[in-house]
Amino acid sequence: MVGKNTSDKPVLSVSGLTIAFGSTTVVHDLSFGIAAGETLAVVGESGSGKSVTSLAIMGLLPERIGRASGSVKLGDRDLLTLDESEMRSVRGGQISMIFQEPMTSLNPVQRIGDQIGEAIRIHRGLKGAELREAVLEMLRKVRIPDPEERIDNYPHTFSGGMRQRVMIAMALACNPALIIADEPTTALDVTVQAQTLALLKELQRETGTAILFITHDMGVVAEIADHVLVMRRGRAIEQGTVHEVFSNPRDAYTRSLIAAAPSLVGKLADGTIPARGVEGVPLSFRGDAPVLEVRDLSVRFPSRGGLFGRLKGEVHAVEQVSFAIGKGETLGLVGESGSGKSTIGKAIIDLAPRHSGEITVAGRRIDYADPRSLASLRRDVQMIFQDPFGSLDTRQSIGSAIIEPMQVHGIASGKEARAKMEWLLERVGLDPARATSLPHEFSGGQRQRICIARALAMSPKLIIADEAVSALDVAIKAQIIDLMIDLQKEFEVSYLFISHDMAAVERICDRVAVMYFGEIVEIGARDDVIGRPGHGYTQRLLSAIPITHPDQRSARPPQRVDATPPRSPMKPVGYRPPPQSWEMMAEGHFIRRAS
Amino acid sequence: MSETAAEAARPTTPQNAFRGVLGRLNLSTWAGIAIVVLLVLAAIFAPYLATHPPAKQSIMDQLAPPGGGYLLGADQFGRDIWSRLLFGARYSLAIGLFAILTALVIGSLIGMTAGYRGGRTDILLMQVMDVILAFPSLILGLALVALMGATMTNIVIAIAFTATPAFARIARAAVIAQRDREYVQACRAMGFSGGRILFRHILPAILPEVMVMTSLWMATAVRTEASLAFIGLGLAPPTPTWGGMVREGFENILSSFHLALFPSLAILILVLAFNLIGDGLRDAIDPRLKDAS
Repeated sequence: MVGKNTSDKPVLSVSGLTIAFGSTTVVHDLSFGIAAGETLAVVGESGSGKSVTSLAIMGLLPERIGRASGSVKLGDRDLLTLDESEMRSVRGGQISMIFQEPMTSLNPVQRIGDQIGEAIRIHRGLKGAELREAVLEMLRKVRIPDPEERIDNYPHTFSGGMRQRVMIAMALACNPALIIADEPTTALDVTVQAQTLALLKELQRETGTAILFITHDMGVVAEIADHVLVMRRGRAIEQGTVHEVFSNPRDAYTRSLIAAAPSLVGKLADGTIPARGVEGVPLSFRGDAPVLEVRDLSVRFPSRGGLFGRLKGEVHAVEQVSFAIGKGETLGLVGESGSGKSTIGKAIIDLAPRHSGEITVAGRRIDYADPRSLASLRRDVQMIFQDPFGSLDTRQSIGSAIIEPMQVHGIASGKEARAKMEWLLERVGLDPARATSLPHEFSGGQRQRICIARALAMSPKLIIADEAVSALDVAIKAQIIDLMIDLQKEFEVSYLFISHDMAAVERICDRVAVMYFGEIVEIGARDDVIGRPGHGYTQRLLSAIPITHPDQRSARPPQRVDATPPRSPMKPVGYRPPPQSWEMMAEGHFIRRAS
Repeated sequence: MSETAAEAARPTTPQNAFRGVLGRLNLSTWAGIAIVVLLVLAAIFAPYLATHPPAKQSIMDQLAPPGGGYLLGADQFGRDIWSRLLFGARYSLAIGLFAILTALVIGSLIGMTAGYRGGRTDILLMQVMDVILAFPSLILGLALVALMGATMTNIVIAIAFTATPAFARIARAAVIAQRDREYVQACRAMGFSGGRILFRHILPAILPEVMVMTSLWMATAVRTEASLAFIGLGLAPPTPTWGGMVREGFENILSSFHLALFPSLAILILVLAFNLIGDGLRDAIDPRLKDAS
């Protein structure tokens, strides 16, 4: 039972909670408790019932269809027996919530001061100057820089991480006994996530609030939780202190969740490696000849404004990027959102405009103005997109979706194309008999298999996988990555694997390139870049990745709460970036020298 | 992957999806469909259902009241109103159908091109559409028919002309909604041509919205045609058109109101039926729009 090693009475104790929608039971007989100043992490994949549980505690189950039985005790009161008006005083006052999406959970047309103030006014009855002072204090508490100025700003002037801090301020505004945080850092970049978690922990120490932390990421659990509850298909399958669960996981599913975390990260080698300057750009690759060579690729988007659409400046999305990929090799392109990693993939296959640069596929330089050159590019380079629900035409059977590109490029038609399609479906682990089914009949993982089969139909030399596994649940993600590795061996295809997910990158990539503000700052063999990062940004990125075991908590460097505004990628027209210079750390391992 | 096993048990084909839409149609939509089907049948079998030749005059039976030898009475030339209504349905339906089909094809093509290409093409095409849209459709139709002469083809062209911008707008909006979806990007990444992406992948996605528009504009087309005929710009007499019959009946409205009443009712019923179908289809295809209007 959770809470056995805390002497005081739990803030929240749930026993025998069962939740049903109509005749379907989605949560079975759930029991747990959270003590003051403690964090309970509820872990599970989508559909495991973790978010529904939090809604039931808040009394926010959809009326009429959702029913909860059992008991949910906050202090001495059973929340399930309260009526709506009593629940309203509990919500926001004694229990508050932090949601996943900081971009949509704030009201865009209200100043943030007013949004934080509203809860304080309702629950604490403060007014006027007193209220404003209380809001300012909250903003200071969550480390918003210049709170006197920012209090009157609208949410769109805040970054994602800042907005999540505003959400935390709102949640803390009335000194709640319990905060329910539903995947609060999932939508954030990893460095911002680390800062947000550090802030939450610090505030919890100050206020003694209990936190119910819902997540699917075991790394985040290792960082923040005191107790863990693992849920699957509406049942608690494992419960215990965070050390127990990580050191001696009893359930196989828990073990698979823990195993999915990146393992190289966090074992940074000590000592500095002597670096030496090198001439030109690092275009190393594995093997004899590169399948893809990108030289000095820049992508700029015009930014127009004013009455006549005058060119105000250019957004430098990608700046002088060079790299190469060998045959059967996988290069990982990592970086945070907005770093330009997806734009590189799109620029290569002409879905984004190239400002300058040279792209060579299998020894042939691509002339994007020449239809024949473009057609050969479209045969040789295929793409797998992030969203397995969006990248297939919902009205086209999956068989026809795989056959169509073969027909368009004249690779195969009729019976031959059908046979190849069925063979491909089998290769990616799907039943060829389901070729006439529509995409919505498949799960997310299966759809990604279909997209892989469609890409392979062209016998490509290179597949660009743009966050191809990021939308999948942990277990499915591992299966798809293993499939991609197997297929790579069989078809000798190269991958450009674009992802922010270090665990996936570590598993599949031979080499890794790190992107920061449109530039590659470090590139090299996987073990070198992840194990012995040379560039300051890579080191910061890697240290922000959640730890894999709670024992490492003390070993990691403290996360600074960063208040500096992000660098603007917008540059005046005609801006010339300074020339790049590189240092070599080891054979094939290069870092950008600070200019 | 057990969650998909249940889904796989009941495969959904396009036919099933269509049946799903039919299943969601409400009673008044079915009433609308029934009325249109009845009227189409009446128009087709007019020669069998008519009790008199539609143009046959009879001095003896001028302005005869309903009942007796004439089901719905006779007009000022002694022509049978029932028979004229039946033959008139042919013109109303044919003009409405051809005009809207023309507008549908041309308007959708313009809208899809504008939406998919974007930029200057979009601005240019849609500005032209907006200029046409700025004129009330009746005034524009009237001007066109007056200019070209009141033949069947010209009336169809005039009404089609006024309805085209509506289809262009809806097709453009629907294409823009699809254009930046990942599946379209995937198609472009595989080197599919613009035409292929538009017609094989985007068109099926926007078809439901266009279908709703079609039935709603059928109602407008029928009304416009009747209005043109009423002010004397319809097909030349003695061709029996509903609008023309209302106009002729209008001259004797004080003594024999049935002359104008029955063709007016016919127009009302047909317009109502098309509107019912359009509203019902819209609700069935996208339940979220139900309370929007």
